[in-house]
Amino acid sequence: MIWLAWRQFRVHAALTAGALAALALYVALTGPGLADAYARGSAGCGGEEACVRFAQTFFLDHQLSFTALSVLVLVLPGVIGLFWGAPLISRELEAGTHRLVWNQSVTRGRWLATRLSLGGVAAALTSGLAVALVSWWSEPLQRAAPQHARMEPLLFGVRGVVPFAYALLAFLLGVAVGTVLRRPLPAMAVTLAVFTAVQIAVPLVVRPHLLPSTTVEARFTPGNLRGIFSEGPGEPVQLEMSKPAGAWTLAEQTIDGSGTVVKGVDVSLDEGPCAPQGSPPAPSAQCFEMIDRLGYRQRTTYLTADRFWPLQGIETGLYLLVSAGLAGFTFFWLRRRIS
Amino acid sequence: MSAVIRARDLGKRYGRRWALSDCTLDVPAGHVVGLVGPNGAGKTTLLNLAAGQLTPTTGDIEVLGGRPASGAGQLARVGFVAQDTPTYAGFTVAEHLRLGARLNPRWDDALARDRIARLGLDPGARAGKLSGGQRAQLALTLGIAKRPELLILDEPVAALDPLARREFLQGLLEATAEHGLSVVLSSHLLSDVERACDYLIVLVDSRVRVAGEVDDLLAAHHRLTGPRRDPARLPSGQDVVTASHTDRQSTLVVRADGPIHDPAWTVARLTLEDLVLAYLDSGGQTGRPALEVLR
Amino acid sequence: MDLGMIEFHLDAGSGVSPYQQIVRQVRQACRLGMLREGDQLPTVKEVVAHLAINPNTVLKAYRELERDGIVSPRPGVGTFVTATLADGSLAAHEPLRRELRGWLDRARRAGLDDESIEALFRTTFRSAAAEDVA
Repeated sequence: MIWLAWRQFRVHAALTAGALAALALYVALTGPGLADAYARGSAGCGGEEACVRFAQTFFLDHQLSFTALSVLVLVLPGVIGLFWGAPLISRELEAGTHRLVWNQSVTRGRWLATRLSLGGVAAALTSGLAVALVSWWSEPLQRAAPQHARMEPLLFGVRGVVPFAYALLAFLLGVAVGTVLRRPLPAMAVTLAVFTAVQIAVPLVVRPHLLPSTTVEARFTPGNLRGIFSEGPGEPVQLEMSKPAGAWTLAEQTIDGSGTVVKGVDVSLDEGPCAPQGSPPAPSAQCFEMIDRLGYRQRTTYLTADRFWPLQGIETGLYLLVSAGLAGFTFFWLRRRIS
Repeated sequence: MSAVIRARDLGKRYGRRWALSDCTLDVPAGHVVGLVGPNGAGKTTLLNLAAGQLTPTTGDIEVLGGRPASGAGQLARVGFVAQDTPTYAGFTVAEHLRLGARLNPRWDDALARDRIARLGLDPGARAGKLSGGQRAQLALTLGIAKRPELLILDEPVAALDPLARREFLQGLLEATAEHGLSVVLSSHLLSDVERACDYLIVLVDSRVRVAGEVDDLLAAHHRLTGPRRDPARLPSGQDVVTASHTDRQSTLVVRADGPIHDPAWTVARLTLEDLVLAYLDSGGQTGRPALEVLR
Repeated sequence: MDLGMIEFHLDAGSGVSPYQQIVRQVRQACRLGMLREGDQLPTVKEVVAHLAINPNTVLKAYRELERDGIVSPRPGVGTFVTATLADGSLAAHEPLRRELRGWLDRARRAGLDDESIEALFRTTFRSAAAEDVA
């Protein structure tokens, strides 16, 4: 049975191995140079300001590759679900070959178990390898640009262990959808739609509630104010506070003295203490006093950087649970509903 | 003789539609059994239930004394060549044999290779490039080399040209002679059934209209032609299958225990085709059943 | 395929069951001297492969021939002809054929076509057979 499962999978395996080899080659060729350039650049940049400028330039120079590789890992589970999962059973059902293979001396259950195991292991391996390669390659860039923390929704999904759970889920989702729809093309379309929805919905709706978040209300000080701006004449004046390093900010609101959320603060940027002065332009100490006197504070809800691994663990567990459910469903459906 | 298939009140429903209902049936071992009936009579459903590809909605079915497809052991004892004889288009002939060898503990590799060689199939050819007849032969080879005790075939020759049909049946029957396996096959082609089968089951509206050894059935059925008379007044032991009348003449198809002695009747033998058509006719209260008769 | 002494053929439209056709063909061959004592009949597998016919049908035909004492099986070897039906009657064929030809000529002269001749022969044959039985 393993022979058959492998025989039916080998084209996929070869294509994937080829793609992974290409990725590994790219990472191997450019990775060491990148790390080296960052190490040398950050050691020899001299002053703090120059070092910040170096880091910014360094990141911008490689942002395209960084984004491309991150997106690659991000869409990989979907691709696995689309091209491995969805056709796995549906192609057999469409061609009628299930009636050939289910009449050999192998039970349907064992047949499915073998095919799911091979596909699942391959999906997890592929995604694990891709994550390892891309994470290693991206490391100097993430140090250069700390604002791209691994807690950020998009990066969270391409780092650590969750990508392998995504890949497994996408694969089993594709298999389940294909088993029900019985035709590869509709199955691929539905798999893609559902998995994309999951990938969007989880960071927006589910992940923020997996662990208790921290909420702080802080006064604005010259040390934590990142910006004071208005989008145009007559628009509300907004304040932005720097975030805790590496944390994932879930919500940010400015509140007034009574604790009510406000759209803007009642200060003028054109005249008075908060009008920009000096070079580079910055608000004066009187401006902070005035904001403080008016009672404005920033309420920030976030998950700190040290929650990365617990969050990864919980989300991985969640995905594995759903994957197991999908596999169970496929077993049930195959045994009871299909001839 | 033990039964290879034993069904009791067997039924299968798809949504609201019953594909098979109240089917009670005993198929004895050691025969090549022809299952005939109009489209929609439930032949394919019955065979799929026997092969364990479907689970019954009601009643139960035993195949070789076990529940169909209840485990690897049961699967090994029953071969099934499905309608349209599916094969993996991307696999070569040799890979199909390898599939059979890997998935069947009783696989007879020498038999499979010998059959493929005698059929003149190139082991390196992809199944997708084979003709319909060659594909059917490949599927049959898998079914035979598995060395089952019972081989079930669902309309195996329906899509084949006459020559391929003949070759397919030759292969099937040769294997039957050699390995003593029981065969159940459904077919629309009564001429093939007549040659290949020694046991006949006529299924109409999922009920068994008549079943028995072909020679016994042919010996027991007669066409009587004579002056018009009421079929109800025939002697006991003569059951009317169909009756048609003109003003002066009656034509009856009867099943009789013994010879017909009444001198008023002109007695004629029935061919298997006449016999099957007579039963299909008599069973078709709700419109005429459509049976293709191809020669 | 070489089937040895005799090759069977089936007439699907004859209305005679396949096993009876085989029995008749063997009897006929014996009667006409085409099969003689000691000749081997084709094996069941050979007949099956040649005619695409049910093996039980062939077995049944051979068993009937065996019962009639025309053939006997030698286990592991095959089925052999043990008697020939031609013995005494073969000599009588020629005069009978001459008489039959004469009768056919008379029938033609009387205006009967082929179909009428056949029908007349068949009905007479059947009524004679029925009288023999009775």
